[in-house]
Amino acid sequence: MDIKREDILHLAELSEFTLDESEVDSLGRDLKDIIKYISQLDELDTSKIEPTYQVFEMENVWREDKILEQDATREELLALTKHEKDNQIKVPKVL
Amino acid sequence: MKTANKKVTAERLVRDALEKAKHFADYNIFTFLNEDGAIRRAREIDKRIARGEKIGRLAGVPYALKDNFLSPDGETTASAHILEGFKSPITATAVAKLEAEGAIMIGRTNLDAFAHGSSTENSYFGPTLNSVDKTRVAGGSSGGSAVAVALDIVEFATGTDTGGSIRQPASFNGVYGLKPTYGCISRYGVVAMASSTDCIGFFTKTPDDMDLLMSIASGQDAKDMTTLPDYYNDNTEFAHKKVRIGIIKDFDNDSVDKEIRAALKTKCELLKSKGHEIVELEMPALKYALAAYYIIVPAEVASNLSRYDGIRYGFRSDESDVLDDLYFNTRSEGFMPENKRRIMIGNFVLSSGFYDAYFLKAAKARTLIIKEYEKAFKKCDFILTPVSPNLAFRLGEKVNDPVSMYLEDVMSVPLNLAGVPGLTIPAGKAKSGLTVGIQMIGPRRSDKALIEFSKELSEDD
Repeated sequence: MDIKREDILHLAELSEFTLDESEVDSLGRDLKDIIKYISQLDELDTSKIEPTYQVFEMENVWREDKILEQDATREELLALTKHEKDNQIKVPKVL
Repeated sequence: MKTANKKVTAERLVRDALEKAKHFADYNIFTFLNEDGAIRRAREIDKRIARGEKIGRLAGVPYALKDNFLSPDGETTASAHILEGFKSPITATAVAKLEAEGAIMIGRTNLDAFAHGSSTENSYFGPTLNSVDKTRVAGGSSGGSAVAVALDIVEFATGTDTGGSIRQPASFNGVYGLKPTYGCISRYGVVAMASSTDCIGFFTKTPDDMDLLMSIASGQDAKDMTTLPDYYNDNTEFAHKKVRIGIIKDFDNDSVDKEIRAALKTKCELLKSKGHEIVELEMPALKYALAAYYIIVPAEVASNLSRYDGIRYGFRSDESDVLDDLYFNTRSEGFMPENKRRIMIGNFVLSSGFYDAYFLKAAKARTLIIKEYEKAFKKCDFILTPVSPNLAFRLGEKVNDPVSMYLEDVMSVPLNLAGVPGLTIPAGKAKSGLTVGIQMIGPRRSDKALIEFSKELSEDD
């Protein structure tokens, strides 16, 4: 399938990053190659096959309805940002 | 494993390891050396030894930690700019279990950023060099950990394996590397890449060390709902009986390095001479594993990496007047090109209009791959294959050609899709001196048997 410049920019937008001009070119080329490669799955007949999303042998695990001990305190977590003020995390204006 | 005692102190072991780490600084193995922390911990252990206390099975043993495991010792960066400055208050369960037995982390090891890669060249800190040839790659993504063990800096190192990230660097550096059964070891506190295939494992010099680490690290964890109840330590039935070894016919072709194919044949002959049976297998669905992998994994990557927004931890871009710009600028500057590639592919295969053609199709292909293994393990006990088609390649050789880099994973990714364990076993050296490894695969929960049986292969070295 054909990947156009608009498609690359749209995917970057969905991915929440911007690309500079050289990245648009190089990632565009790479994506085209990768999509060509993964498209070989078209050959495979999967008409009667159920999909698999995980390989964990799911079992319901019960425990008491009690809050587990927490590994980090509120203070420790807030200390991870340099932009803390009054127990809040500062960000630029939203609009 | 050389543990500390009254004569050989933990501090001595740790200082020796740190000295070696510094001696090999040009290999770019470590993103952080835990000098003060490791020595402090060693002294505590030595004091306890002096008091006659029982320490644990890894008393004072220095180890290297792949830099995508969270712990308060040093920053956890996953070799990515976007996590720069992130000092975790949380300790990964695997780390806590090792350290409860007395192990001491001497440094964090380099990886492809967020474990995206097969060479450790996609690291924000630059590539790690191969342990036998500095012009070649270490393999990846756990390149730093593999080289740390290969150069005898430490006796073991941790790794993560989403599509070959333990087994391939183990092979490129001549050490043992195990990707356990999916769910065997808790992933709590490990930076997520692709949740349906991520596994934690180890690099060691011997099968016995691997067994020891597995017996310590495996088991259910209330903090990771995908962990299985401990089967590893209950699994004692395997003895050196005669086994059937499957060989995949399709993997014996010209796209695989001649010396790797020769090493595999030599090992098969050795097994035959010991009375084991070699069974030829046809597993046609494996041909599609890499394509399915490079749909499923980027989809999960796109989802898992959406959390890096510059708000709560790690790197934040300063040049933003509005919140949306902050997200975009942080992610634009913070991710490596390979991270961006995978996120974009993930968002592509999940987009409406493409979901059925790619993601759903790959999930169905995954079912076929799982069935292929189930069929194969009716005919044999273990499967022996190359780890990857090539020996360690040159630095820069594939880094600008993502598809050829992805092809490196063609023999390692099927296991992750099926959740079955695989062990890289050193199989000598090529004429060039580069190391050769082969991969032994078993059914789910056969980890202990795999490790045990690998001794049959190492006895001729």
